[in-house]
Amino acid sequence: MTATAETTAATETPRDFRLIDSTLRDGSHAISHQYQVDQVVKIVEGLDAAGVQVIEIAHGDGLGGSSFNYGFSAVDEMQLIEAAVNATTNAQIACLLLPGIGTKDELKKVRDLGVGVARIAVHCTEADITEQHIKMAKELGMEAIGFLMMAHMNTPEGLLEQAKLMQSYGADAVYIADSAGALTTNEVRARVAELVGGLDVPLGVHAHQNLSLAVANSIAAYEEGARNLDGTSAGLGAGAGNCPTEILAAVCEKNGIYSGVDPLKLMDVAEEITRPLMVRQQVVDRAGLLLGYAGVYGSFLLHAQRAAERYGVSQADILLELGRRKVVGGQEDMIIDVALELAKKHAEQEVTA
Amino acid sequence: MGLPVAIIGSGNIGTDLMYKIERSDLLDLVAVIGIDPNSDGLARAKARGYEAPHNGIDWVAENPDAVKLVFDATSAYVHRKHDEVFERLGIIGVDLTPAAIGPKVIPSVNLMEHLDKRNVNMVTCGGQATTPMVFAVRRAIDHLPYAEMVSTVSSKSAGPGTRQNIDEFTRTTATALEEIGGATIGKAIIILNPAEPPILMRNTVFAALPEGSDHDAVIESVYEMEKAVAEFVPGYRLKNRPVIEEGPFHTPGGVVPHRAVVLLEVEGAGDYLPTYAGNLDIMTAAALRVGEAFAAHQEVSA
Repeated sequence: MTATAETTAATETPRDFRLIDSTLRDGSHAISHQYQVDQVVKIVEGLDAAGVQVIEIAHGDGLGGSSFNYGFSAVDEMQLIEAAVNATTNAQIACLLLPGIGTKDELKKVRDLGVGVARIAVHCTEADITEQHIKMAKELGMEAIGFLMMAHMNTPEGLLEQAKLMQSYGADAVYIADSAGALTTNEVRARVAELVGGLDVPLGVHAHQNLSLAVANSIAAYEEGARNLDGTSAGLGAGAGNCPTEILAAVCEKNGIYSGVDPLKLMDVAEEITRPLMVRQQVVDRAGLLLGYAGVYGSFLLHAQRAAERYGVSQADILLELGRRKVVGGQEDMIIDVALELAKKHAEQEVTA
Repeated sequence: MGLPVAIIGSGNIGTDLMYKIERSDLLDLVAVIGIDPNSDGLARAKARGYEAPHNGIDWVAENPDAVKLVFDATSAYVHRKHDEVFERLGIIGVDLTPAAIGPKVIPSVNLMEHLDKRNVNMVTCGGQATTPMVFAVRRAIDHLPYAEMVSTVSSKSAGPGTRQNIDEFTRTTATALEEIGGATIGKAIIILNPAEPPILMRNTVFAALPEGSDHDAVIESVYEMEKAVAEFVPGYRLKNRPVIEEGPFHTPGGVVPHRAVVLLEVEGAGDYLPTYAGNLDIMTAAALRVGEAFAAHQEVSA
């Protein structure tokens, strides 16, 4: 346990927004769900000491995500969650759950471990499948956050309708997640303005870096009234990565937005803990950019790379075809489907040539 | 003269099943029973000359000798009440809801095993689509430590029942992969896709192959199973060739060197529901198959 003497609730200035750190959940995609207990403990201690209020942890695809389709966790997520709960002093621990992948059983288990916040995630047009899970989170005494993924695939008005459903189930806040990192800043502004205007509960934004806009989009979201923002240490996350928390904190300070987190401490965590465990740098390379360009779910990146190698086809072609097919988050099996079809097409072309 | 049957529940599933029973030589449809006098399903049933009462289970109780078997396409909650009436009257219940009072039936695997039971359950759409392939892998190898299915259905074809109780889908399906498919541990995942035009139902089966598994036998068994299911679900097919991928894979059933990947597509027959709703079509087609097996069995034993 790390003592954080400088942040006692009694003396703290109210924060302009709440930062939720997802290094241990979204970041899990970038290391193919290989987190170890000691890494979790170090990250939680570092973030907690830097003043982060909520730390999310789970398999990248949420509770119960460990699978052939999404990759098996190296360590049982319940063990990692328990370690995170034990390592935190002030920060609350959050979990993400996608109905259809995880179930209410996992929600009960993590509540018993001491998790206080449940984020219930769903494709941005299917909010009605979250009703039971949001209600259960409330019954268990947790904060419940509705999380609308792939927000580029719905209009501002459509998103508001979905967010209102979540609000009606009892959600304490609603997020829109740019899971494909496909939204431009103007598109983020339009969506946030519509939702902030129409909801009674606070709005959050979860940004990705595929178009190099994660920090800019998060600041724009704040300016339009979003009061929860997501990020990860060093941007560790699906696709080209998430909004890097240390950069967001630095930009906020320069803009006079009080985040309540210490940019210098977050820089230390990013440099000394997160970067050393990365297996690849979080950069906007061709594949990362293609995700944002074609509007493809960020966590498909590494799965598409493996399928491309396995079947001798181009990762870029796989991602573009997935975009054309309008696949949604969770359909990782379609990567193999597309790779096999591309390989078949190549073979046929060779025969006719 | 076939076995006299009724359908209770005049929604999408019940109405689709009506068209399928119409073509059966072994079943005689007597009534389509609903509760909403203005439902499209009841109007269609009436137009085709069937009894179309809207007093629900009361009709069955008032006409105890009219039918020998009822297909229940209502909901789990309602089916539990219906089952009491079926039991009292000695009527066989084929349950298309997630109530799962009776044993689960996947026609291409265990059709004949439960013809002496008075209530059988049709699992889930995804269970009907993927359990046969899990079983196909299992019969070709010594043991199957872990199997997983991913089902993607179009948002338009997922009704309120599925949406409000999505955990029931994953639990029931995972259990079927274990109990009927033969996997030691089963996992089920369901995804809804809102694309327009709606996508056909897609299902993927991943199966853990322990050291020493005969890969050619697995592939051959999968192709055989495709044929067996397509016999009664004509739109059931392998979307791509089954593949064996190299790991290692750290499954909950232990580390295995390979996995089999079976990519399936189900195109509906378009009887009442559009062809994209393969998920509903495979349920009604499987239920019809079960109903016909009961009819044939009764004829033999009579």
